[in-house]
Amino acid sequence: MKFVAFHLMPYRPLDLEAAKAHRSAWVVLPNKFYDPKKGAEEYDSYLDQLAYAEELGFDVIACNEHHQTAYGMMPAPNLIASALIQRTKKVKVAVLGRALPLVSNPVNIAEEFAMLDVLSKGRLITGFVRGIGAEYHSTGVNPAFSHDRFHEAHDLIIQAWTRPGPFEFEGDHFRLRYVNLWPRPYQTPHPPVWIPSMGSRETIVWASDPARKYPFLVTFSTEAAVVRYLNLYKEIAKEQHGYTATSDQLGWAVPCYVADTDEKARDEAKAGIESLFNNFLPMPIEMLLPPGYTSISSMKVTMKMRKQIGQRVQNHTVDDLIGNGTALIGSPKTVREKIERMRDQTGVGILITMLQFGVMPDHLAKRNMEMFASEVMPKLR
Amino acid sequence: MNSTSDRLTTRGVGVRVRRGGRGPQLIFLHGAGGWPLWLPFFDKLAQRYEVLVPEHPGFGVSDNPAWIRNVPDLAMYYLDVLDATYKAPVHVIGHSLGGWTAAEAAVRNSTRIASLTLLAPAGIRVKGHPPGDNFIWSPEEAVRNRFHDQALAEAALAAPPPTDEQLDEQMQNNLSAVKFGWEPRWFNPDLEKWLHRIAVPTQVIWGREDKILPGIYARLWGERVKEAEVTVLDGCGHSPHIEKVEPVAAKVLAFLDRVRS
Repeated sequence: MKFVAFHLMPYRPLDLEAAKAHRSAWVVLPNKFYDPKKGAEEYDSYLDQLAYAEELGFDVIACNEHHQTAYGMMPAPNLIASALIQRTKKVKVAVLGRALPLVSNPVNIAEEFAMLDVLSKGRLITGFVRGIGAEYHSTGVNPAFSHDRFHEAHDLIIQAWTRPGPFEFEGDHFRLRYVNLWPRPYQTPHPPVWIPSMGSRETIVWASDPARKYPFLVTFSTEAAVVRYLNLYKEIAKEQHGYTATSDQLGWAVPCYVADTDEKARDEAKAGIESLFNNFLPMPIEMLLPPGYTSISSMKVTMKMRKQIGQRVQNHTVDDLIGNGTALIGSPKTVREKIERMRDQTGVGILITMLQFGVMPDHLAKRNMEMFASEVMPKLR
Repeated sequence: MNSTSDRLTTRGVGVRVRRGGRGPQLIFLHGAGGWPLWLPFFDKLAQRYEVLVPEHPGFGVSDNPAWIRNVPDLAMYYLDVLDATYKAPVHVIGHSLGGWTAAEAAVRNSTRIASLTLLAPAGIRVKGHPPGDNFIWSPEEAVRNRFHDQALAEAALAAPPPTDEQLDEQMQNNLSAVKFGWEPRWFNPDLEKWLHRIAVPTQVIWGREDKILPGIYARLWGERVKEAEVTVLDGCGHSPHIEKVEPVAAKVLAFLDRVRS
């Protein structure tokens, strides 16, 4: 099993109570709530944590992209990746991922990733995503063309990395007379591409295609949903594409917290995990799923679920999140056993651990990382 | 009054239509909310006109060809509809998205159009006066912001929840509203400069309290479209033909009479 230390870089100094007066911590939360001096301290802490993960023996350290939100402070994740490359020697650096449909020229993404790959001498792992619904509000990009733009941008980036340039790209959304990457990527044929997703059949069929075989990372889902999606990937690989998916095509991204006992872990993780799910993440469905972002059929499913659990008021408790397996929180033995159970059920081979989440302070994050690395990781290798 | 509905196919694209009334021909292009029921406003017009209310391609259960990607495409489609459906020039009324579509059609070719009535049309932008962000509103906010008279909003909110079929149609409507209106938000930067090409009698009617497209937009339409008659109604939101049926129908009929004489 490969271990990834992943960070969202939430803005912990946020006044959670005052922020509740706004529709969401996304799009409309006034940026007067952001204090650049505190923000600078946050970057220091978080970069230290990710660099420390190399010392602790993680295989990969990872960041991601989100816009105009207190949920994550990396609108330009490649800047963070670049800083991490300078602070580390051997660990792989992953950007999970860049939101392809949100840019007007995807060649910029191909170029920046190629730069990072060369700067790191081939330590880069890339991720391709569509961005979440809120980001279509904050960037203005039309969600009705999100899927089309994603696929076309993907094709353009892969071609930019692999086809001898200069060549012309003639798409419906992107048209470029000259595509001719300087620098080209360090890795051959190109850096690995991982696909983080909340899970949709269309995405799984596409990612598992034999031409791609992109690792599929299920994020922020209950244990049951993770099992379902990872097995669906294997099923589609087998039945639709005719090959057996390997464990390094299957990833699980999950908040993770270990302490000496289950009770201690629960108590220490509570504020962090509840703030993540109740303060940083919630948004009304109009922000989460603008029409066009998902197919009408999957939108209907989500709307029905939303009706049952209530529209905006979210009140996840640490016990719910442990109970349904959305978060791995407990003693090293408990957490290890849950990971083993997932591995037995799915063959998952990439564990993307989020070891700091929500308002969790530095000292707890550090101890969590150390204990996870020394008491959970080795036995799962 | 009696209305019927059927399907009208033009160049392979089939759309639902409602029809009613007798007399000179008139077509009504609906807004982004979708195909309206047969409204009291249509009854008033149908006393003297043959009224046709198509459901735009991409809305409800009308066909949704991939080549209709934006409002200019929709406008060109309607020019085809006018050619195929009517022998003589037809009176066009458009509300909001439908008003924008009608204007896009008219700047391209006014020869099939007898007159243009624009009810709170989208399509142009007055800098500093952005439209309300209908895409971020909750369903309740969307209803409340549509009307000035909150009694109308209350009535709409008290309606029984949609059936599965109606929900499917609503979601299809929302998807097409996003396709046509998300970016640039409810306008075409290349429309305003051509509005002088509209070569038919035009009137513009707006609600002063419109929370979707502010009433101030009426003035710019009046400046750009030659000799356009502009009316701004007090105590009225984004749907003048629903919120102020009597005065709007009277205005429209009087305007059409003048055009025909």
